[in-house]
Amino acid sequence: METRKSTFERPVINRVNAGLPDKFGMHSKLRSMPEIDSIPVESLIGLYGSPLFVLSEKTIRETMSDAKRAFTTRYPKVQFAWSYKTNYLDAVCRVFHQEGSWAEVVSGFEYEKAVANGVEGQFILFNGPGKTTEDIDRAITQGSMIHLDHFDELFLVMGCAERLGKRAKVALRINMDTGIYPRWDRFGFNYENGEAWQAVNKILPDSRLELVGLHTHIGTYILSTNAYAVATTKLAELTVRIQRKFNHTIKYIDLGGGFASRNTLKGAYLPGTDTCPSFDNYAEAITASLVNSEIQHDKMPMLILETGRALIDDAGCLLGTVLANKRLVDGRLSMILDIGVNMLFTSFWYEHAVVPSKETSDYTENTTIYGPLCMNIDVIRDAVQFPVLERGDHVVVNRVGAYNMTQWLQFITYRPNVVMIGMKGDVDVIRKAENYSSLSMHEHIPDHLIHFRL
Amino acid sequence: MQSTYIYFIPGAMKLQKNIAISESGFVFNPGSGESFILNRTGKNILELLRDNKMFEEIIELMMGEYEVDRIVLEKSILDFISVLKSYGLLEKEPASAN
Repeated sequence: METRKSTFERPVINRVNAGLPDKFGMHSKLRSMPEIDSIPVESLIGLYGSPLFVLSEKTIRETMSDAKRAFTTRYPKVQFAWSYKTNYLDAVCRVFHQEGSWAEVVSGFEYEKAVANGVEGQFILFNGPGKTTEDIDRAITQGSMIHLDHFDELFLVMGCAERLGKRAKVALRINMDTGIYPRWDRFGFNYENGEAWQAVNKILPDSRLELVGLHTHIGTYILSTNAYAVATTKLAELTVRIQRKFNHTIKYIDLGGGFASRNTLKGAYLPGTDTCPSFDNYAEAITASLVNSEIQHDKMPMLILETGRALIDDAGCLLGTVLANKRLVDGRLSMILDIGVNMLFTSFWYEHAVVPSKETSDYTENTTIYGPLCMNIDVIRDAVQFPVLERGDHVVVNRVGAYNMTQWLQFITYRPNVVMIGMKGDVDVIRKAENYSSLSMHEHIPDHLIHFRL
Repeated sequence: MQSTYIYFIPGAMKLQKNIAISESGFVFNPGSGESFILNRTGKNILELLRDNKMFEEIIELMMGEYEVDRIVLEKSILDFISVLKSYGLLEKEPASAN
């Protein structure tokens, strides 16, 4: 009778450090992630290659419905606008539009994308400090809301509206002190020094402009819900002042984005899963400030939210493969993945949760996880207790839905396939992997450089 | 089958004297006072080293016991030995004569 051999696991020896156990009492074993929405990671990589971005339509819709529930149960007029820059893959945008979100764009390119996705101009909020004359002309013509960033833009919009003979719908972007650091003062008009009020006094008497909204975006990854309460109160006060002086009703207050996701920021003391406020926490702070404000009850504005990160981060995973294990001079283990910082841009500010795709034993080693780029900055995780994996094993990087599929760089390697798992478990490639021709088509070689001899 | 992969055969692979290895994979080095924890494969290799087995012998014995590719095994053992060295668990190589 043939005896069955045991399964091999790479030998591990760890020094026992005497001292207190983990003060949070957390289990140090990483939970493996063998499947996404019931589809095995192995089969996804087998069919679509590695690395591979995977988006879950189910998670997007569930997160969106959680956010909608939190706000609409507290305030009657709530409107979400999908922040295109967070993830502007058309399939993703359309899921949000199907969920009722308008489009929030920050460039002519994003505006074109929203229009191509079938969003009518009147449902597009146009933000950003860099709008061109052509961008503004198109926004005015199509009846979009132009969120003014500075006085130069205010005068530019006046000129465009006059030339087109059409009234421009504008909102004022306002920056303010909400008691948090850093204080974003580079976008919009300042509240405290009177710049915003000055802009209001310029816009309201002008027949070429219609002031429809007030907008602020207090920062990014904001863990303090109180900052939103302060911001909402300040916008509400301005709304009341405008009503009193000009008898003009502001149609919407836009609190922008900035809600944190459950990713852990580098240097954070506690994991993001423990510190990130829920949608209910944010909603309570914002809606309570609006309801308790001095705004007349029959003139309550629509509440717009441009939440991006918190709505999409959890829905994205990046699958990858171990290329090598390597021992560093100081005895630490380094693991090289086929996932680099070129496609996982957020690894510059997050300590991403990287987990194996298959069950491993409890033994872990202090590991540094590197990407495949020949660049010193290509570090996915610095010093993490990680189970022993072999070349060819797969890993899953969690919560990568926000910003990676827009900020990724075509640097050294091609950008990989992006697939979406639909509500019924069907898998679609929503962005094809790049290849040599998709990149070389933009290049031109002058005649005198065609030939050479080595 | 003789592997063609080996390009390096570790010379001194002798475990320090008095290293205690428990049944559960707990290791104590009385020389330094340090303790270590091993997984099953690690314990296996350490015990073979304690029994003065040579590199090739360890490979053969492990191949008999585990479902593993020879190259993966060789790489793993070489790596493991370098870690044992860095933890000071192997006897120092005698200084070579001039």
